[in-house]
Amino acid sequence: MPIVLLSVKSLLNRRATAALTILAIAISVALVLGVEKLRTEAKASFANTISGTDLIVGARGGAIQLLLYSVFRIGNATNNISWESYRDLAARPEVAWTIPLSLGDSHRGFRVLGTNADFFRHYRFARKRQLTFAAGGPFAELFDTVLGADAAETLGYKLGDPIVVQHGLGQGGFSKHEDKPFRASGILAKTGTPVDRTVLVSLEAVEAIHVDWRGGARVPGMTVSAEEVRGMDFQPRAITAFQVGLKSKLAVFAFQRRVNEYRKEPLLAILPGAALQELWSLMGTAETALAAISIAVVVTGLLGMLTILLASLNERRREMAILRSVGARPLHIFGLFVVEASALAASGAVLGLALLYLLLVVAQPIVDSRFGLYLTIGAPTMRDLTVIALVVAAGFVAGIIPAYQAYRQSVADGMIVRT
Amino acid sequence: MAGAAVRLSDVRFRWREGDPLVLKIAAFDVAAGERIMIKGPSGSGKTTLLNLLGGVAVPQSGRVSIMDVDIASLRGARRDAFRADHIGFIFQMFNLVPYLSLIDNVTLPCRFAPVRRQRAMARSGSLKAEARRLLGHMELDADALASRPVAMLSMGQQQRVAVARSLIGAPELVIADEPTSALDADIRRSFLDLLFREVGEAGSTLLFVSHDASLEGAFDRAIPLSEINEAGTER
Ligand SMILES: Nc1ncnc2c1ncn2[C@@H]1O[C@H](COP(=O)(O)OP(=O)(O)OP(=O)(O)O)[C@@H](O)[C@H]1O
Ligand SMILES: [Mg+2]
Repeated sequence: MPIVLLSVKSLLNRRATAALTILAIAISVALVLGVEKLRTEAKASFANTISGTDLIVGARGGAIQLLLYSVFRIGNATNNISWESYRDLAARPEVAWTIPLSLGDSHRGFRVLGTNADFFRHYRFARKRQLTFAAGGPFAELFDTVLGADAAETLGYKLGDPIVVQHGLGQGGFSKHEDKPFRASGILAKTGTPVDRTVLVSLEAVEAIHVDWRGGARVPGMTVSAEEVRGMDFQPRAITAFQVGLKSKLAVFAFQRRVNEYRKEPLLAILPGAALQELWSLMGTAETALAAISIAVVVTGLLGMLTILLASLNERRREMAILRSVGARPLHIFGLFVVEASALAASGAVLGLALLYLLLVVAQPIVDSRFGLYLTIGAPTMRDLTVIALVVAAGFVAGIIPAYQAYRQSVADGMIVRT
Repeated sequence: MAGAAVRLSDVRFRWREGDPLVLKIAAFDVAAGERIMIKGPSGSGKTTLLNLLGGVAVPQSGRVSIMDVDIASLRGARRDAFRADHIGFIFQMFNLVPYLSLIDNVTLPCRFAPVRRQRAMARSGSLKAEARRLLGHMELDADALASRPVAMLSMGQQQRVAVARSLIGAPELVIADEPTSALDADIRRSFLDLLFREVGEAGSTLLFVSHDASLEGAFDRAIPLSEINEAGTER
């Protein structure tokens, strides 16, 4: 087909405009694919983070907020649960297991989670997978810590390394708990969940580091050495939330009601799945808006292409006339423009895909460390390919407009352009 | 008369309905191998006639035969294919496709004309070689000129490239529409010599449109369009 070759050469001849057009389409395609990628990865990652937990209990507040801070370490709890209430509820006969969660401290940008051995025993992620240790094991001593895979890797900790826990969540705050050094006793294998970026300590340790602290600041004149601390008894006074596994699924709603109607303090129990659903529906509007915006961007890219092709029509009349004189049919002229439009759209779409991968490679560690979302880099999905096919098809359809104009023009002009 | 390269009979043509007739030609023949000049003032319908001969425009009535084929009766696509195979065109100026190389411009008709492609291949072994050969005959050095975009060539060079293109694959008919009018007077003659030589070598018939009376002598016949076209008179 002579027309394909002519189209390519014609585009190469106008490579500056062609390149810009392709780039515009590529960026728009990368945006669409990127948004889609983020959306699906976020959903998958959220859904994989918690598994096998029947209920999550926290202080009364928003269900989504509770889910976010207890499971995803996003945001903070407004209130705690007293130790007594926790023990009381955990002792109910229908309860199979619980995992206490105490949040609020951080270590060099990683959240510190106070919990106990039940965490390692009962926490499940990604379809009931259990936590495994890459090295070491659970806490044995008061100041033992277990590191999530990413936390260990980023901070470069090995087993036995000392760790200084920082109070509050900011980075490099000056109120470090330097007087009570922790030691890495275990490093968890990678899970692809926020656990990877968590530093785990025992509930007692959380209590211990706060023994001479009240209300977030050191009590003047009161210092307790690490040695003295080891001798003390650290019954935790409060936790932030706890996960519950029940003996029977049938008991879920009854237990939820019991928690929500708990007399001694206002509590909230949520079903993680239901709360996630609520979160998705909340994000649904934003998703639709994002999708609409990215489609608008693609349309803009294609409109840019259309503008350029239409604008070139007049300056290309002579070229059309020459082609006609050497035997091109008006249909060839039509084809020339359609092929050019399709080639631009296809190049744009493919470059967009390449751009997406480039972005993924660059953004993967940033998104991972900043948002705890691990973006997998794999073969393009069926959806990606559909988007690309649609863009090429749209380019083809858009090309029909200038192609038809050129067709009519070349029929009217014949072999001689009248100027 | 057998062997007529071009034969028009009872042709009537207007560009649009309601427009005046541009051409009304009762009979006009060009013998194969003849070199004919058609002259006439601006707007008299010379270019229109060439559009009819090329099958780009179709007469409202009458026959336009090229190599004994009535092209007016051919379907659109067949007409275009027929033009590609049998007719080479040279225009006044801007004959070249700006984004194609020198060689690609010369071989362009072969992309649409299988017959001319075969002839060109048979002659020189490859399209490229044939293009070089023709450019050489037109006193153009393909290698020296290859590095520049064709639009950078001088007007005279561009017209000679156009001649090479019109002759590739030796079409039976070469139609030139004022190919010398953009050239300086002193190179017109040599351009015409080259054109004649190559048309002669290819054995093609030449139909040359011009209003430059000084060139008349070189042709077998020089016909004023008004002599064959009655349209202007009865308007
Ligand atoms: N493509 C076209 N569409 C409509 N009208 C046309 C077209 N081409 C030519 N005409 C009209 O046909 C008439 C003859 O024009 P034509 O171009 O054939 O003259 P010409 O003899 O070639 O003139 P010139 O010497 O200036 O090239 C003019 O009135 C012109 O306006
Ligand atoms: Mg003319």
